[in-house]
Amino acid sequence: MTSAVSSGESITLKIDDKDISCRSGETILAVARENNIDIPTLCFMEGLSVWGGCRLCLVEVAGSPKLQAACATVCTEGMNVVTASPRLKEYRKMIVEMLFAERNHVCSVCVSNGHCELQDMAVKLEIDHVRFPYRYPHLQVDNSHDRARMDHNRCILCTRCVRVCAEIEGAHTKDVKGRGVLAAIIHDLDQPWGESETCTSCGKCVNVCPTGALTHRGTAVGEMQKKTDFLPYLTLMRRTES
Amino acid sequence: MTNATTKPTVATVWLDGCSGCHMSFMDLDERLMTLAGLVDILHSPVVDSKEFPQNVDLTLVEGAVSSEEDLHKANIIRARSKYVIAMGDCAVTGNVPAMRNYWDRSDLFDRAYVENAQEPVSPEARKALLPLAVVPPLRPHATPLHEVIKVDLYLPGCPPPADAIWFVLTELLAGRVPNAMSVSRFGK
Ligand code: SF4
Ligand code: SF4
Ligand code: SF4
Repeated sequence: MTSAVSSGESITLKIDDKDISCRSGETILAVARENNIDIPTLCFMEGLSVWGGCRLCLVEVAGSPKLQAACATVCTEGMNVVTASPRLKEYRKMIVEMLFAERNHVCSVCVSNGHCELQDMAVKLEIDHVRFPYRYPHLQVDNSHDRARMDHNRCILCTRCVRVCAEIEGAHTKDVKGRGVLAAIIHDLDQPWGESETCTSCGKCVNVCPTGALTHRGTAVGEMQKKTDFLPYLTLMRRTES
Repeated sequence: MTNATTKPTVATVWLDGCSGCHMSFMDLDERLMTLAGLVDILHSPVVDSKEFPQNVDLTLVEGAVSSEEDLHKANIIRARSKYVIAMGDCAVTGNVPAMRNYWDRSDLFDRAYVENAQEPVSPEARKALLPLAVVPPLRPHATPLHEVIKVDLYLPGCPPPADAIWFVLTELLAGRVPNAMSVSRFGK
């Protein structure tokens, strides 16, 4: 949650040469978005815990030799942040190109064609081809669940599904196994999804998945559209109740 | 046909694609007449010339590089063209033709020419069923065009809409470098 830890103390900083004030504890990403400064993200999702894995939100912070993930970096007094520079744009392009090269994205025959956050990101970053050689891994489609389908070919390992399942639904059916290019989403103890004893078939994971990796069964090319409006609503309800 | 012309020369080539990109090119409809006034199309599946000509100004390539013949053609195209456009997702990303890349070629052949087509056969008879002569050999992977030759402009889309092809061609003819992502995307 981006602003949950605000303590209310006011601080001032510069983002892209704009003087901005915010409350201490707020992240660079939250403050930038409140001020209509667009920082691209893929793994971040309002209402879920911060993962900081996709690295698209990397920004330059004056005085720091390293780039910082805007979703996971808290604003400090006098901070000077640059969210868009030729270097950042180049890194962001490389990250998204590597996502395409790592698995098998064939947009023209994908259920999410035209409604995909990865595809939209390619457009936004003007990625017209992938400079890295494609890996063509041999990956499975898990068709065992009676309502949904998991296509590992199109998973970008953002873990949104893992987090929504654990944090919002409370089932924690999903998790990540392996490391690097061998990492993959699993269900329970790496069983077929349909055999999971913890899955409640709520469908939240399908809706938060940014790509065509998680889809409803029976959808054809371009038919899968995600609905994410439930998430801010549920989070807000829980915050008001507690 | 000679190259004695003052108009820019254009070629279009179809490698491992479904012809959909050329269909989209034909969808320029009446703009094809305008195009014919602006350029000379020297070589194309819709033009009756067998050899890829010398000194082409602009070549549009549809399809992935899948066979040894595709590779041979790609090299000739590059050597004889000033400007090469990868037209469509097959040429840009590998797209559908590259979906075979997860399997070994012999497994693919077995699946396509033996298992799905015939009753179980002896190893000798099996060999006779495989397309190992006359047709060009398949490369291990179907790859995007830029993995084998330098590409000057990428026009994604499956197929790129006719309007996107028109935009790219007219911008280039006007001496500007178009931003193809303003008119198309992967899977468009
Ligand atoms: S998940 Fe998105 S990027 Fe991947 S193939 Fe499908 S539409 Fe394309
Ligand atoms: S299945 Fe979807 S939500 Fe889950 S990690 Fe993969 S891309 Fe992200
Ligand atoms: S990009 Fe699409 S339309 Fe063009 S050749 Fe490939 S499959 Fe056919």
